[in-house]
Amino acid sequence: MIRILRDFTKRIFGQLFRGRKQVKLGLYGPPNSGKTTLANRICKDWLGEELGSASKIPHETREVQVKEAVKIKSKGKELNFNVVDTPGIATKIDYEDFMKHKMKPQDAKKRAKEATRGVIEAIKWLDNVDAVLVVLDATENPYSQVNITIVGNLAARKIPVMVVANKIDLKKAKIKKVEAAFPQYDVVGISAENGKNMEEFYESLFRLVNKR
Amino acid sequence: MITLQFLPYGEIESLSSAQRITKLLELIQQDKVVLLQGRLKPDEEAKLIQETMELISDNFKGMELCTIYPEEKNLQFFKKMRRGMTKFLLGNREGITIIGPSSVVKDIKRDPNKIELFTVAPSLAKSGKTSAKKKRGK
Repeated sequence: MIRILRDFTKRIFGQLFRGRKQVKLGLYGPPNSGKTTLANRICKDWLGEELGSASKIPHETREVQVKEAVKIKSKGKELNFNVVDTPGIATKIDYEDFMKHKMKPQDAKKRAKEATRGVIEAIKWLDNVDAVLVVLDATENPYSQVNITIVGNLAARKIPVMVVANKIDLKKAKIKKVEAAFPQYDVVGISAENGKNMEEFYESLFRLVNKR
Repeated sequence: MITLQFLPYGEIESLSSAQRITKLLELIQQDKVVLLQGRLKPDEEAKLIQETMELISDNFKGMELCTIYPEEKNLQFFKKMRRGMTKFLLGNREGITIIGPSSVVKDIKRDPNKIELFTVAPSLAKSGKTSAKKKRGK
């Protein structure tokens, strides 16, 4: 009897504290897939303020940025998140690519150096997140090794993953191809820039967090 | 001229993860395209990317990496079990990993069933420019 009571109390209090705990939600993906735009969209929707600046030049986010205590509601439920926006993961960084965006050589080299540090930091953060959104540009080929490496590492660490096919407002977007590349994961198509399909995104996010 | 180096799984089998990564990075820094039998573990792939980032300079811009691996999702139970046992006993020898320096390999595009390797034209590779000559393989 005592044991039943003890287990019951433990379960109830465990659920209470679990509910209060802030979920560290990591946003991962290759450069320019729209991670910061999505983080900004989430923060703007629920806090009324943005997290960081987004740009068409790759590696705009070169440090991990965290927005704490983001309360998200969906279908009458509420969850607390720490939104962790990470630099894009790449296997190569060439400062000359930045010069194509009219950057001076010195600035381009500085950006490249910071970008390499950003990739290292993003990978280190894989051990600190509770759930991950893998943000992909739906107009690009989803079978890139960076995507496969990210998803493989998350699977090995048993971290719940949702694949976000971003930029579905663009004509070239192919969400079916993203779904075919990651059949074992929930894939949600959105446009972080104009807020398309965000309701379904939040519902899927709650399902993802409940998998933990 | 492109140098392709085949690396049988036996050559990395007894090495630690750190040693495997060092070996691969040494080869790609010699401008060689490595064809590795099997694949690295996910954490080794991540570590390889991290180490590559540490090495990036004006002369070394990084690498291209691609793994081809047989599909597992439609396998019958016994085939899956046999594959699992083989992996357990002999290591992850299935599939192939292609790794090349970005000064030689401009891009590796993968669709589920084919791989396209785009190389940088040799004259441009020396000057560090990235205009590419396309080379296709399966």
